[in-house]
Amino acid sequence: MKQPRTLFEKIWDRHSITTNEAGQTLLFIDRHFCHELSFHAFNMLHGNNRMVRHPERTFAIPDHYTPTTGLEDKDYIDADTQALVENLIKNATRNKLNLFDLGDDRRGIIHVVGPEQGITQPGTIIVCGDSHTSTHGALGALAFGIGASDVSHVLATQTLWQPKPKSMRVTVKGKRPIGVTAKDIILAIIGHIGAAGGTGHVIEYAGPIIQDLTIDERLTVCNMSIEAGARAGMIPPDNTTYRHLKGRPFAPQGEAWEKAEEFWRTLPTDTAATFEREETLDATSIEPMVTWGTSPEDVIPVSGAIPDPKLETDPKRQTALNRKMEYMGLKPGQLVSDIKVDRVFIGSCTNSRIEDLRDAAEVLKNRTVCIPAIIVPGSGLIREQAEQEGLDQIFEAAGVEWRPAAGCSMCIGVNGDSVKNEERCASTSNRNFEGRQGRGARTHLVSPAMAAAAAISGRFTDVRKMGKN
Amino acid sequence: MEPFTCFTSVAVPMDQDNIDTDQILPARHLMMPRDERYGGYVFKDLRLDQDGNEIETFVLNKEEFRQSRIIVAAHNFGCGSSREGAVFTLVDAGFRAIIATSYGDIFYNNSFNNGLLPVVLPEKIVRLLRQQLHDGPGAEVTVDLEAKTVTGPDQAVYPFEIDAHRRNRLLKGLDAVGYTLQYASNIKTFEEQYNDAAPWELDAIA
Ligand code: SF4
Repeated sequence: MKQPRTLFEKIWDRHSITTNEAGQTLLFIDRHFCHELSFHAFNMLHGNNRMVRHPERTFAIPDHYTPTTGLEDKDYIDADTQALVENLIKNATRNKLNLFDLGDDRRGIIHVVGPEQGITQPGTIIVCGDSHTSTHGALGALAFGIGASDVSHVLATQTLWQPKPKSMRVTVKGKRPIGVTAKDIILAIIGHIGAAGGTGHVIEYAGPIIQDLTIDERLTVCNMSIEAGARAGMIPPDNTTYRHLKGRPFAPQGEAWEKAEEFWRTLPTDTAATFEREETLDATSIEPMVTWGTSPEDVIPVSGAIPDPKLETDPKRQTALNRKMEYMGLKPGQLVSDIKVDRVFIGSCTNSRIEDLRDAAEVLKNRTVCIPAIIVPGSGLIREQAEQEGLDQIFEAAGVEWRPAAGCSMCIGVNGDSVKNEERCASTSNRNFEGRQGRGARTHLVSPAMAAAAAISGRFTDVRKMGKN
Repeated sequence: MEPFTCFTSVAVPMDQDNIDTDQILPARHLMMPRDERYGGYVFKDLRLDQDGNEIETFVLNKEEFRQSRIIVAAHNFGCGSSREGAVFTLVDAGFRAIIATSYGDIFYNNSFNNGLLPVVLPEKIVRLLRQQLHDGPGAEVTVDLEAKTVTGPDQAVYPFEIDAHRRNRLLKGLDAVGYTLQYASNIKTFEEQYNDAAPWELDAIA
């Protein structure tokens, strides 16, 4: 009888080329995504006169710096930004990579496009010079972010040296309360284990609530694994996964599909396998969540109040809390529902998929927003789908700006969609770091439904209490 | 890449936990080509206000710490985005080593690719080192990669653990791709077997 193994170990083992004397493993990489900021890696590669070893396994998709109002010259904030986008296209063409070019409807945020196109498959190893690569783990892949030198290494060799991460299982128990979204679940998990709680680990999410999640929801959960410090997050593949993949352009077809599915079914963690760490969380008490500080672990339920630094006994933690409070412009004890919001962003690789847009539309329907709000679809295909369903009309009738071109947008604010100094933004993205959405920007992370509710009332509102409209 | 063996310098204490890569290098500056110097952008929004004036309270703006090339940080240093620019900017600003209780995984990995040594020491020691640096600003710390030790301002010596592969590469200043290419035949054999075992895997892309 074979040693019982976890999903992570099975994927790790099948990609191990060799192990060196220091115990690092040389891993084979199945899929590699590049974006505009991969330019450092291409420069390193070309500077050393090296070539891309497997262009067919490499996908180039501009998403960070592309404008969202359109893709004409005039839509770019400046010439440098446009040059950066064009540089990626040039590098992709020169190296014969798979390119989802500007006019291509399939183009969008890398972590949205991979799963949508079926490029992301169970049992594969996927890397990208972007920390939210962890998203792809939702389909049972081992997917993680790397830096520019490693991107260049993967381009040249299709491999990567890695020390073996530790394994950790996060089991979500209990019943999922009505009105609690995948975003609330992952925010609660991060609040529970902390922003460094998963450092050095690959997290497998488990429990009936996780199994019941749709693929869009699983992607949201795995996306934010990195905010718990984890190397990667993953969910074992199951019928939901196979139903999602079947017929996708880059998924295997016909007889190859049969073989693939047979193999994928061997991947889930064996019952007797053990994890180096186990954490559990009861979902019953999760509410719609809002972050109040400058780390995703600073999360409280919408019914909660801002913590009081004076109650913190550790002086170092007290100083840190005071600083967050000052940056965010909040007062100790202030109710979350009393916090006024200046603008709303719905989008990013965390929450820009069709189900996210439907969630937002349900709240916005027949209502009007009182603060500026933008919604940016995760890919061109999602935009088309949303427009077919008439969601764009709901958004526009509500006074929300529906952006025509997909991309990262206000999540990172480098394409011109940014939050102003001291402006408070309810955002469906994944990072509330100081200056993330623009210098001095005050970011509160929430679900799409909660963001939509904030847009309507101008402050944080429990979306479950808004009633039918 | 500059090899790292043993390095002594004034060290600067940074008490905050979770100093993320957006704070080390704000996203606005990610577009710069590598041959431009990144050093001037290090901790930009912590160091300078909107008008470009120094923020007095930020520790690196204090006279005694201006020359420091080692950072003694706290918990989860370099968490957040995968941007290697965060390491470029530290290296270009002259930093050669960080001491902390833990790091963002990607940042940790990126450091080794640029000759920056991230040392992990237990909380108690890191706290003590920071305290000593606050008490005697301008004091020096030594990081010895050969001996795998850190020497504090009071000459107390603390051993640290480090992965042998990364240590070797740093000691020799080795280029990672060059190292891997020694395994070219292993890679080739692996690929052939892999493609046979999972033929569907390249189905739609090859
Ligand atoms: S949407 Fe935000 S988090 Fe996601 S890839 Fe883009 S910048 Fe990164």
